[in-house]
Amino acid sequence: MIMTMVQAINQALSQEMAGDDRYLLLGEDVGRDGGVFRVTEGLVDKFGPGRVIDTPLAESAAVGAAIGMTALGLRPIVEIQFMGFIYPAFNQILSHVARLRNRTRGRFPVPLTIRTPYGAGVRALEHHSESTEALFCQIPGLTVVVPSNAYDAKGLLIASLRSEDPVVFMEPTKLYRSEKQDVPEEAYEVPLRQAKIVREGKDLTIVAWGAMIPVALKAAGKAASEGVSAEVLDLRTLAPMDRETIIASVKKTGRAIVLHEAPKTCGLGAEIAALIGERALLSLSAPVLRVTAPDITVPLPKSEDYYYPSPEKLLRAIHEIMEF
Amino acid sequence: MIERFDPLKGERLQILNEAGEVRADLEPALPGEELRRMFGHMVRARAADAKALKLQRQGRLGTYASSRGHEACQVGTASAMDGTDWLFPYFRDLGTYITLGYPLEDYFHYWMGNEAGIRTPEGLNIYPFAIPVASQILHAVGAGMAANYRKLKIAVVATFGDGATSEGDFHEAMNFAGVFKTPNVFVCYNNQFAISVPRSRQTASATIAQKAVAYGFRGVQVDGNDILAVYGAAKEAAQNARSGGGPTLIEAYTYRMGDHTTSDDAARYRTKDDVLEWEKKDPVARFQIYLKKKGLWDEAYEKEVQEKAAEAVEKAVAAAEAKPPASVEDLFAFTYAAMTPNLKEQLTGVAASAKEAAR
Repeated sequence: MIMTMVQAINQALSQEMAGDDRYLLLGEDVGRDGGVFRVTEGLVDKFGPGRVIDTPLAESAAVGAAIGMTALGLRPIVEIQFMGFIYPAFNQILSHVARLRNRTRGRFPVPLTIRTPYGAGVRALEHHSESTEALFCQIPGLTVVVPSNAYDAKGLLIASLRSEDPVVFMEPTKLYRSEKQDVPEEAYEVPLRQAKIVREGKDLTIVAWGAMIPVALKAAGKAASEGVSAEVLDLRTLAPMDRETIIASVKKTGRAIVLHEAPKTCGLGAEIAALIGERALLSLSAPVLRVTAPDITVPLPKSEDYYYPSPEKLLRAIHEIMEF
Repeated sequence: MIERFDPLKGERLQILNEAGEVRADLEPALPGEELRRMFGHMVRARAADAKALKLQRQGRLGTYASSRGHEACQVGTASAMDGTDWLFPYFRDLGTYITLGYPLEDYFHYWMGNEAGIRTPEGLNIYPFAIPVASQILHAVGAGMAANYRKLKIAVVATFGDGATSEGDFHEAMNFAGVFKTPNVFVCYNNQFAISVPRSRQTASATIAQKAVAYGFRGVQVDGNDILAVYGAAKEAAQNARSGGGPTLIEAYTYRMGDHTTSDDAARYRTKDDVLEWEKKDPVARFQIYLKKKGLWDEAYEKEVQEKAAEAVEKAVAAAEAKPPASVEDLFAFTYAAMTPNLKEQLTGVAASAKEAAR
């Protein structure tokens, strides 16, 4: 069926919840309202307010309560309305969600999925455009997942829900409805921790994820018309990272650009560049480049374009790396 | 009983006073055997606590948070729980752990610096105690929501100190509990200090118990050095929770007899006189008088209980110290359900360095 990412995520939630009553959904406005992006539309009618729970406006409590639910064998799904509002729950995520399996030597794992829309490029309000994945990728025990299309969104979410590890599932708001895709009706998994080559190439590797994938593909298309063959790698799971696919691609192409919409310093690009330096240095024909947002606060909508990495910015980096 | 003591009117539930006199109309009907068991737990908690402090000074145990003075709060609360109830404790809960049957050797093992000690044995419903203050109260609320969802008739108990009531998580937890009518029993050990900061600096409310009123459920302040009051309130609150009556906040008014932890020096912020005043209210001594009046205590019995406690403590220490050190593999094996290639690689590196260092 042809559907948007919003519909694909909704279907994943609906199908998994229908098949297993350990799944509960909790968050702000997830019930009658169907979520501010309508991702959970119709679920309260299907599963009732006892399973699709509108919580009081409190992120720490939503995540904290979900932790307690896992103690009694449930598998809660928490929706944080925007990534910019996840920080009140940060203590619960860092100190407990990610830590309890290790802390109890396996006695109390936390099979919990935290879904949160993220990212700029949609002319949103202040605090509604953050992309702070790097904060979460540094926490041992967490899995951080970002889909870039409807098909992956459904499969990755189902895999996250079935995972025994806690997952922070970041949904790119820019891609929620931007394109439609054929998505199988039945439930399926897209495996976690596996990157995907979404465009093959031989001259350079662009590593990206989420809403940066369309940007990367656009730039790669333009580069092709100039005779440069760019490979685009969709990381999909940011932590733990599929390092093998990155290294294999860079060893093949000899050049790498990391593209992300988070600020540059201590962003995931730094980790990926270091990894390539450690594992593929002698394959490189040029330094690893990073195309990212600058190290500034996400601006308000009128200035958003200065911030957001564009295909043009990426293309300039492609020229730079090819001319090195 | 809880209804009869309104925190907004400054009323506090006390069944056993400092002189060991009992209010017959409120006295819980407990068989002598059970009373003696409770006394045994209190004595064991105190003995284990004193031992932990000694071990810390000898360098055999790490920084430790003493439970001295909290025996009535802890043993009273845990004695009101059933086997199917859940506990979400904090780091000052030795008597609670002992009463619920947690292996003392494991408790020591944790404080000696090994995570394995906090792995609750199967069959015991104790979530590992939380160190980040107040964070565990939310877990208890979520477990309460899960109990409602599964239609389980259980009580979910959370314990915390007075300092915790200043944290945002306390507010969020109370609010959720009221809204979702969770089967929670919240027991605040108000021991007057959060490290050095006195209770008066935590809240301008006259009591902590009265905060429950604003969240839409019952709160009661009890004498936290009176095990009968703590037990009576907790028992009633737990029964209320199990039968769908929702949450209760119990403020157990007590005093932290020791330093905050072995890294603290309470003499910097409170006087000896204060501590001596509270010595007179000692929860263990008070319960002893009660048992004596009931004909359940004499010198020979005391000696027997003390010896048994000492023996159990020594055995636990020996067992904890005999446990093998954590393996390097154990440090990596529980980060994810399955070890990632990255962790396997790092483990190899750490294990090699450890081997070299041992050479």
